[in-house]
Amino acid sequence: MKKLWNIFFNGIINENPTLRLVIGMCAPLAVTTTVANGFWMGVAVIFVLTASNILISALRKIVPDQIRIPIFVVVIATFTTVADLSLKAIQPDIHAKLGVFVPLIVVNCIILARAEAFASKNNVLDSAVDGMGMAIGFTLALILLATIREVLGNGTWWGIRVLPAGFEPAIVMILPPGAFVCLGYLLGGLNLLTGKTGEN
Amino acid sequence: MQYLAIIIGGVLVNNYIFSRFLGLCPFWGVSKQVETATGMSMAVVFVMVIASAVTWIVNKYLLVSFGLQYMQTIVFILVIAALVQLVEMVILKVSPVLYQALGIYLPLITTNCAVLGVALLNISEDYGFLESIVNGAASAIGWSLAIILFASIRERWAFADIPPSMRGFPIAIVATGLMSIAFFGFQGLFRGILF
Repeated sequence: MKKLWNIFFNGIINENPTLRLVIGMCAPLAVTTTVANGFWMGVAVIFVLTASNILISALRKIVPDQIRIPIFVVVIATFTTVADLSLKAIQPDIHAKLGVFVPLIVVNCIILARAEAFASKNNVLDSAVDGMGMAIGFTLALILLATIREVLGNGTWWGIRVLPAGFEPAIVMILPPGAFVCLGYLLGGLNLLTGKTGEN
Repeated sequence: MQYLAIIIGGVLVNNYIFSRFLGLCPFWGVSKQVETATGMSMAVVFVMVIASAVTWIVNKYLLVSFGLQYMQTIVFILVIAALVQLVEMVILKVSPVLYQALGIYLPLITTNCAVLGVALLNISEDYGFLESIVNGAASAIGWSLAIILFASIRERWAFADIPPSMRGFPIAIVATGLMSIAFFGFQGLFRGILF
């Protein structure tokens, strides 16, 4: 049981894909203009990553080693299509705003990296927990980034006004440059807190 | 005129890195030196033009005519993966010199979201065959422009005195943001001159 918790929290804290490993960065930067967008993107990734980890782990003994990558990609693409069509049915407005980034989950490095590094070597339960932990870490990072951007750029949180009406929103935060600058300083701040230093 | 709008839009206004956020992994991954950035750029331009053409044909004559549009993501990623393999083999046979320049970058391109992104955007923008190819080329050139500019900046800060906690990814991301502000200026150019 303790082992499962370790696997779960590994994805959220130590190896958070967005804030620690810095992989699969297209979606976190593109969709975090509002918290609602970030949240639904996260839900789509939680579904795809957990489901693909489970299936890949279940198939790990019968997949020939030479063609494992194409098989992983087909599995991931199938679940991405399921997520894409479901989101279109449940939240059509959000789906329209996320646009091309929902189908692009298929080329998100996090998913293929977990399939290759974890699910293809571990049992089904561990892989499911790993997928869920990684995806929840991803979602929390998206919500954190979206919170900063939406509050500063629009004065709202999930559409609810949180700053007084006299506050002049910094529009740049919800434009593309704001995404990069905000994420850069967020990573720098985290490094400062944890005492980790990057290399040039 | 319409092609000019697609070209300027793809290269400057809706730049894949600075405005659309596509292809960021290789953008930060292989931009440590101008030389490797240039090699990667050539491979990306090559593959994105061919992928635009092939996915357009597959979409029109296979998916649309059999009513299989919901298979788009699966079919496109397989077509692109097969295409990259094919391109790799053809280049190896036809021009070993070119293969030496592009060879190590080609396998990485399958997971470059700019390639799948351009294929999906061509369909959602309802582009025709020629427009798709022009859009593929323009977007890829915009991506290359971004990575080569960024690599030249990055080579210089290798010797700068950066605070330890900002070294590596944080400073690279902030620098991308500053370049993105500069590219944001092109938005006005598009509206002012072309329309």
